[in-house]
Amino acid sequence: MSAIAEPNAVSVATGRFTPLQRLLHWLMAIGILSMLFIGVGMVSTVSQAHLTLVSIHKPLGIALLLLVILRVGVRLSRGAPALPADLPEPMKLAARLSHVVLYALMIAMPLIGWAMLSAADYPVTLWSGFNLPPIVSPSRELHAALWNAHRTLAFVLFALVLLHLAAALFHALVRRDGVFQQMAGGRS
Amino acid sequence: MLVSLAAIALVVGGSAAAFAYTAGWLSPGRLTPDKVVDAFAPPGGPALGHRRNHAKGICFTGFFEANGAGAELSRAKVFEAGRYPIVGRFNFGTPDPHAPDASARVRGFSVRIQTPDGQEWRSAMISAPFFPVSTPQDFYQLLKLLAAKDPEQVKAFAGAHPRFAAFGAWTKSAPWTGSYAEERYNGLNSFIFTDAGGKDHAVRWSLIPEATPTPAPAEELAKRGPDFLEQEIAQRIAAAPARWKLVVTVAGPGDPAADPSQPWPEGRRTVEAGTLVADKVEQEVDGPCRDVNFDPTVLPDGIRTSDDPFPAARSAAYAVSFDRRTAEAKNYGAQ
Repeated sequence: MSAIAEPNAVSVATGRFTPLQRLLHWLMAIGILSMLFIGVGMVSTVSQAHLTLVSIHKPLGIALLLLVILRVGVRLSRGAPALPADLPEPMKLAARLSHVVLYALMIAMPLIGWAMLSAADYPVTLWSGFNLPPIVSPSRELHAALWNAHRTLAFVLFALVLLHLAAALFHALVRRDGVFQQMAGGRS
Repeated sequence: MLVSLAAIALVVGGSAAAFAYTAGWLSPGRLTPDKVVDAFAPPGGPALGHRRNHAKGICFTGFFEANGAGAELSRAKVFEAGRYPIVGRFNFGTPDPHAPDASARVRGFSVRIQTPDGQEWRSAMISAPFFPVSTPQDFYQLLKLLAAKDPEQVKAFAGAHPRFAAFGAWTKSAPWTGSYAEERYNGLNSFIFTDAGGKDHAVRWSLIPEATPTPAPAEELAKRGPDFLEQEIAQRIAAAPARWKLVVTVAGPGDPAADPSQPWPEGRRTVEAGTLVADKVEQEVDGPCRDVNFDPTVLPDGIRTSDDPFPAARSAAYAVSFDRRTAEAKNYGAQ
């Protein structure tokens, strides 16, 4: 363990995500965490906060959908800086897999939410007077399936966000291998 | 190293704890929509696949004929003179989809009005002239007391909540009718209408039947069969459409807009905005209202919620009822 605690003992990743990638990451980090908290909060109360939170949840979800589309495009064109060469293979694999799942959930969650509201025959209101069109036909069976998926995947996403946070801090505080700075900026 | 790991554990654990707190998992006292919906369930459990309250009902379609007068209060398209399609549901307060119609003391009228601009207005109104309690918390407490079937506690609640006592008096004294078409339906909750000039008006609304109410003794209604309300409305509308005037009442200064248990004084300004017409009745089982959640917070631009706490609570609870019943679709009608 002492080997990884000693910064000089590991190879240090020096590449950086582009400024646009870092901006998108941190904007979405704030947005996604907010969405997760708003989501569990809005279904847990009958107070006026319920309506306020729901009215934020829908437009913020669509904003995150637009951001993730842009982000995937940027990621595919600009790539990502390399992980440190001496990072153990299982950790590299875990990093790659968790990032793929994070991207998949970032795309799926707003689409499932939009489809769920469509299946329920609710207007998809982003703000007073502006509704998005439905993307599926009303169906109680489909609504039930989408509702389950939206709820279950929200918890999966929150768990992954925590894992991602723990891994980032592990890179920053324990391994001190520059991976954290690839996204946070600053000198490694 | 240990300090770093402890810091990571603290950040991650703190985030998880904040999430659990937000979700209400650490707050057993929080009034959640699930608790409210659970409190409606009869001792044998809810009727799966059905609405958790106002479970018995029948669908109708028709139109809202706006006369244009409502436009002075709200810029919503629905108040511009014109004819807009509606889907609705006649119903009454019960968790049992097979309750006898003679038990329909509090009758309901739910409606969705759609306008060509893609917006809609949903409302669920009842025949009672005011709500029995002032807050969702009181309502939940009342549901629990009624479920416990302890007359002493209900009496004590009525003593502490005079509007509930007044509601009890209404249920005993108000005349019964033999038809959904002869009822007046009241929105009870207050909403804010915003006119074209941007000015807000606190309002409530009611549907006034065109049909003349004919009082019918409760004992006599019990002899008409378990589904007489549904049969009567189907026959009546097959012969001719049923109509209600939509009357909007504007709050006066200081009127209790946040408390649906308090009627506003007589003589408040009213605007007759048009006529709701039901011209076709369909059974709920395959009807167009079956899968509609008449969430009273689905509103067009020009109408919004007020500081009345009930629409938010109803929206949250109706969503839970809808989420549960759609997940139980295969059980619908099985009981």
